[in-house]
Amino acid sequence: MIPEIGQLALILALCMALVQAVFPIAGAHKGVASWVALAKPAALGQLLFMTIGYACLTYGFLEHDFSIRYVATNSNTSLPILYLISGVWGAHEGSLLFWTLTLSLWTGVVTLFSRSVPEVMVARVVGVMGVVSVGFLLFMLLTSNPFVRLMNPPLEGRDLNPLLQDPGLAIHPPLLYMGYVGFSVAFAFAIAAMLGGRLDAAWARWSRPWTNIAWVFLTLGIVIGSWWAYYELGWGGWWFWDPVENASFMPWIIGTALVHSLAVTEKRGAFKAWTVLLAIFAFSLSLLGTFLVRSGVLTSVHAFATDPSRGVFILLFLSVIIGGSLLLYSWRASQIRSSVHFTLFSRETGLLLTNVILMVTACSILLGTLYPLVLDALGVGKISVGPPYFNSVFIPLTAPLAVLAGVGALARWKRDSGLSLARKLALPMLLSVGGGFALTLWALPHFSWGAALGLVLALWVLLTMLLWLKEQGGAAGLAGVFKNISRAGWGMFFGHLGIAVFVVGVALTSIYSTEKDLRIEKGQSYHLGGYDFLFKGAERSAGPNYLMDRGEVVVSREGEHVATLFPEKRDYRSGMPMTEAGIDAGLTRDLFVALGEPLGKDGAWSLRIYHKPFVRWVWLGGLFMAFGGLLAALDKRYFRLARKARLETEANTAGGKA
Amino acid sequence: MKKRYLIPFGIFMAIMAIFVLGLYRMGEDPNFTRNVPSVLIGKQAPKIDLPDLFDQSKTVSSSSLAGQVWVLNVWATWCPECWREHAFLVHLARNEGVKLFGIDWRDDAAAAKRLLVDKGNPFVAVGFDPESRAIMDWGVYGAPETFVIDKQGVVRWKKAGAMTRELWESELKPLLQKLEKG
Repeated sequence: MIPEIGQLALILALCMALVQAVFPIAGAHKGVASWVALAKPAALGQLLFMTIGYACLTYGFLEHDFSIRYVATNSNTSLPILYLISGVWGAHEGSLLFWTLTLSLWTGVVTLFSRSVPEVMVARVVGVMGVVSVGFLLFMLLTSNPFVRLMNPPLEGRDLNPLLQDPGLAIHPPLLYMGYVGFSVAFAFAIAAMLGGRLDAAWARWSRPWTNIAWVFLTLGIVIGSWWAYYELGWGGWWFWDPVENASFMPWIIGTALVHSLAVTEKRGAFKAWTVLLAIFAFSLSLLGTFLVRSGVLTSVHAFATDPSRGVFILLFLSVIIGGSLLLYSWRASQIRSSVHFTLFSRETGLLLTNVILMVTACSILLGTLYPLVLDALGVGKISVGPPYFNSVFIPLTAPLAVLAGVGALARWKRDSGLSLARKLALPMLLSVGGGFALTLWALPHFSWGAALGLVLALWVLLTMLLWLKEQGGAAGLAGVFKNISRAGWGMFFGHLGIAVFVVGVALTSIYSTEKDLRIEKGQSYHLGGYDFLFKGAERSAGPNYLMDRGEVVVSREGEHVATLFPEKRDYRSGMPMTEAGIDAGLTRDLFVALGEPLGKDGAWSLRIYHKPFVRWVWLGGLFMAFGGLLAALDKRYFRLARKARLETEANTAGGKA
Repeated sequence: MKKRYLIPFGIFMAIMAIFVLGLYRMGEDPNFTRNVPSVLIGKQAPKIDLPDLFDQSKTVSSSSLAGQVWVLNVWATWCPECWREHAFLVHLARNEGVKLFGIDWRDDAAAAKRLLVDKGNPFVAVGFDPESRAIMDWGVYGAPETFVIDKQGVVRWKKAGAMTRELWESELKPLLQKLEKG
């Protein structure tokens, strides 16, 4: 019964989405007020039915209703409750359901919090989001229905992929999806502005906070994904350039460009065509990521082969949404008359360069990700391009970004003098180069050009940001800093500081990490990176749905106890072995122990230990960036705009009554 | 309308065209991407002499398997498809008695050893091939790839892409049984 209710809810949600996609846009075009007014109730109705549908599937998981095929293939009775809940979005059908729910959630929130935006504009935005919803709901109902029943339900379900049975990965997809789908708001605003023929600064102002929030979610999602890969895959790495990772990284890069470009469009009225294009790209890449990688449609040949109708639908849908918006773009963008000029030395130039570099980076990653897929599609073979390509492209492209992060903030809008800029930047330049090399020479184990470059860049960003604070504070000094800088300003400060922290983490951990593969017996100890690792043996025990060997390693430094680590090796029921590393985390170093295989009968094991300096800074940098994005999204002027709009509406209604 | 604003649309349509082509060919033959015939099939297998991954002062050679039916698997740690098939290869080696000879291609030796220690080593021997020496003879252009060589040293079968249970049940297992008898 419950699955049928879920099924019905999805169909009703589709009806609501159809209303939402057709009437508001048509009404805005023809000037029919009653059609425009349908936007809000239709969006909220869709949200209601999506929530019911989602709740029904979750109920199926919690009640172990194995007559639902999706539940039977992705859960069993011994799964802990957390993984029953996260199992809902663990595979193709459920993740689509989750995606669509997130989309209706964003749409609902937009209708509720856009009082400062003209009603016609909101109607168009909601309509565009409705078109996307229709596509997803149709896809789900026609090709990937999560509520399909089994004629002969099994007594016990299959196991959820053990890789997904982890708290980090339970929250990683929701955050990522909030980010992916959040870019649909910026996309919808851009399309709505083009439909209305008004590509001015206004749409940029309205969509900026939404874009920032989506970007914050995506940043957090990527950080958590990377952290998960670090401790769960057990290889001590934090980024693998896997297509799945790239699928989230590309929209992030374009989203970063979009966040910056929106600022220029709003404040200076420049880059109008650029910004629209970036909004389209960010969402297109999110769609591409969702379909091509998340759902496993193109990475696994098998999934495609079993159901070619999925592939056909996806291509049609992408063609309509992306192709349609790019056509609209080519028509509207050619009508833009830009009257804004700026000189070579200006903040605009800095931001333009930033955007170009980010675009090139995203394109290179897209090429590296799609090239193997394209070869595959052409029948040449399935290959991986691998980290060598990505690292050689990514590092030279991002170093100039760090430089620009410092220059851009200090340059003036429109026009600055090259000489005064150079004078301002001379001191930070000297200090960062001197400081970076000095630190590498004296504070680090051995000299390395990579580490020196990393530290110079990090110091550069830090010093230019401090200089920016001083400039903003003006004559009032520290008091002025807190008085004059808006939340958006602080957002920029923390976002850029995040780059510095990230760069330190990447440079130091990739150059100074040490590791050792050992054959170790009970009671033996090993010395690495200034620490002693004493192996106290391993014992076999059972978890809820796996058997495990649990080792015990006592870490000490110069005789003083530091930590006791428990690396595990788990055998899940589905037959996949998993490594759970034992990690002692610290701000300046991580100690990481992974248990290998038993060697012989005398209790010896293979063990791998790592000393990873500053690896936490990689994620800390990401958290700084996310915090900066959040501050920028919560800038006071958005609240002022909202309050003004509310007062106006109240005045209007009051006036109407009188 | 200025033409340059049509560029993004043009690029997008080109990408779509490639996807449509891929999909069309997939519709004709669900397995077509993996059935690229190797010119080697039916020919004598090229000999492999490579440094041993675990001790590069030693050499591993395919001649040690002469007279037996064996399977060559080309893999690397930078290849996510290879991670996906790894557990199944371990299963084949341990429970089905398949003799796997591995070539670790364009890889970092330390990372490769670590993977085998962590996730199990399905291989009788692993040759380390950072400069694509042996790989060139076999005409491999991506990882993973899998070949079957019979008792006479003739290449009988080849697949690009990860080994799966379906592939094992439908093709590899019957072939190996036939070759063992013959």
